[in-house]
Amino acid sequence: MNKHQHTQTQRASGVRRTVTRTLFALAGMFAFAFALVPLYDVFCEVTGLNGKVDTQGQPLVAEEVDQSRAVSVQFVTRTSAGLPWNLEVETRQIRVHPGQSAEVGFAFHNTADTAIRGRAVPSVTPARANLYLRKLACFCFQEQHLQAGERVEFPLIFQLTRDLPADVSTVTLVYTLYPIARDEPALQARASSDKGGEA
Amino acid sequence: MAPKLPLHHPVEQSSTANAGGQAAAHPAPRYGIKRWLLTTNHKEIGSLYLIFSLTMFFIGGTFAMVVRAELFQPGLQLVEPEFFNQMTTMHGLIMVFGAIMPSFVGLANWMIPLQIGAPDMALPRLNNFSFWLLPVAFTLLLSTLLMPGGGPNFGWTFYAPLSTTYAPPSTTFFILSLHIAGISSILGAINIIATVLNLRAPGMRMMDMPLFCWTWLITAFLLIAVMPVLAGAVTMMLMDINFGTSFFNAAGGGDPVLFQHLFWFFGHPEVYIMILPAFGIVSAIIPTFSRKRLFGYASMVYATGAIAILSFMVWAHHMFTVGMPLTAELFFMYTTMLIAVPTGVKVFNWVATMFRGSISFEPPMLFALAFVVQFTIGGFSGLMLAISPADFQYHDTYFVVAHFHYVLVPGALFAILAAAYYWLPKWTGHYPNLRLAQWHFWLSVIGVNLTFFPMHFAGLAGMPRRIPDYALQFADFNLASSLGGFLFGASQLLFVWLIIKCVRGGEKAPAKAWEGAEDLEWSVPSPAPLHTFEHPPTFRHESK
Repeated sequence: MNKHQHTQTQRASGVRRTVTRTLFALAGMFAFAFALVPLYDVFCEVTGLNGKVDTQGQPLVAEEVDQSRAVSVQFVTRTSAGLPWNLEVETRQIRVHPGQSAEVGFAFHNTADTAIRGRAVPSVTPARANLYLRKLACFCFQEQHLQAGERVEFPLIFQLTRDLPADVSTVTLVYTLYPIARDEPALQARASSDKGGEA
Repeated sequence: MAPKLPLHHPVEQSSTANAGGQAAAHPAPRYGIKRWLLTTNHKEIGSLYLIFSLTMFFIGGTFAMVVRAELFQPGLQLVEPEFFNQMTTMHGLIMVFGAIMPSFVGLANWMIPLQIGAPDMALPRLNNFSFWLLPVAFTLLLSTLLMPGGGPNFGWTFYAPLSTTYAPPSTTFFILSLHIAGISSILGAINIIATVLNLRAPGMRMMDMPLFCWTWLITAFLLIAVMPVLAGAVTMMLMDINFGTSFFNAAGGGDPVLFQHLFWFFGHPEVYIMILPAFGIVSAIIPTFSRKRLFGYASMVYATGAIAILSFMVWAHHMFTVGMPLTAELFFMYTTMLIAVPTGVKVFNWVATMFRGSISFEPPMLFALAFVVQFTIGGFSGLMLAISPADFQYHDTYFVVAHFHYVLVPGALFAILAAAYYWLPKWTGHYPNLRLAQWHFWLSVIGVNLTFFPMHFAGLAGMPRRIPDYALQFADFNLASSLGGFLFGASQLLFVWLIIKCVRGGEKAPAKAWEGAEDLEWSVPSPAPLHTFEHPPTFRHESK
């Protein structure tokens, strides 16, 4: 009987220990899920994926322009659903030499009759070109606030550095316009109200 | 419903386990609904889990029938596309979280204490709580179908922004129900780990445990590792929808692709959560009906562990087309293919167990054999999908649907059915009706293959997933699939009839119901009394 009780207490403490450890592991994994959000950004920054590098202006790198080589840089602008803005670019494509800095004019135009806040989210294709793209000035570094019917011009100044891999001959910069989060709930309500399937 | 089914055992002591000592005091038995609401007995809770998952199986199955009826011929006939999307989504959610997972937990509750010689689960009251969370979660989930705007319609993978910006208003309820179901799984997993690690009969080492306990232990660790990640991801969705954050919203600096990474970091181990216990079941049944010891026990344990570890390193193979760098494509392609090695070890061991065995084909063995063959077909189509360049063609087509249904229906589900046939004599004291079981088996096998095999061809020919209408050239494949689906669905009613018959009566089963069955659960009487192993049995090492 004593032996029996002994096993019982041994088991009880074993169970307690196991449960405590699993609870710690659980808390750790829950925290890890949220830690993945910044880790994901860090990963994208290191690898240059997703065009997440350029959140602020970088200085020009002084280096000799590589005249032997020319790279096409294309510009694509898009407007996300529900934002009555246009983003115009003065040219769809330019050719630059690595090392050289270039300037391209962009213009935001609010076609609605109310003031709206928006933001242009950049991305770069191919993604690995991102590491060699330096933006000295870009409208994508901050959000824009446009009055009704207002038109604002912004330059994009950038440089492709000389160590850009040799097989990259075209770099595409995409800018997608999004309304700022404060206007989101209204947008979302509109999106879901016209869905209304009957169950 | 519940009190009709198993376990009206008189509360008496197990004659074998209790011979040598006094029993711990048991509370007076309760009757009626309170018996089931307040029970802390692992067998009663196991039965509740099994009945619950069978109910969910039929609800999710009904949704699948709606889907197959709509796809019976091209064009829109029966339901609106919005409702069709809700049906595909709810079918997936109910089957994964409501049918397959709880039925494995139910089997674990019933069988793990019996297999390791423990009197009950380590945390009986927690066990009760984790079961009763499930009806709450799934009532909530099903109620979204009646809400304005309808239920979840974004697929069972609920990718953002479909599930955030463009989601129906009921999505917050969906998130809550997933949280509750997740907590239930986590508590179940804690309980199983605590039981297996601490409550084994004296003398039973880890490597003496039946493989079902091993695979469930590893599954429980997977649950502990990934359910919190799912909880985190749906919490982020909740905040994006209701509190103005932008985790998955590009407009606010977030990234929808992050959702896919988070989801599949949970989702890939999740698919092993749904198959590892099945491996354990089949590893119990095949040796029994081959009348041989399992070939390569240790390698089975290590293979299970290897699959579990690899499952954390392959998640992005679900996202090959999302725009990953070449290195990542290659990494995830190779790690995915690596999983075929431990899985191959398992299939080899099952076949080697049968080699020169004295095989008989009782219903559990039929289902286990069908599992081995058909799960392997699903494994092969998985290998095809793992080839990253080929996946660009297969991605989001019916080929994917065919693949995961092969591993989940004739895979996981057949293993669960095999387990039910194998242990029904232990649960009810009666053998299941042989004739009925054979009908159920053959109709299921024909139905399953008629449903899912043509989907391979439809997918290779380019039919996309999750569409209510399709191009005319897919009409014949879909006709076959729908007919197969109706046959499979209807033949599951035989299973319910068979269980009811088996609970009510039938040929009496002795303690050791199957000739070749050797594990500890066969040492207690059939039906197993409510309380067993109150004093731990002495476990004898078999000479290996």
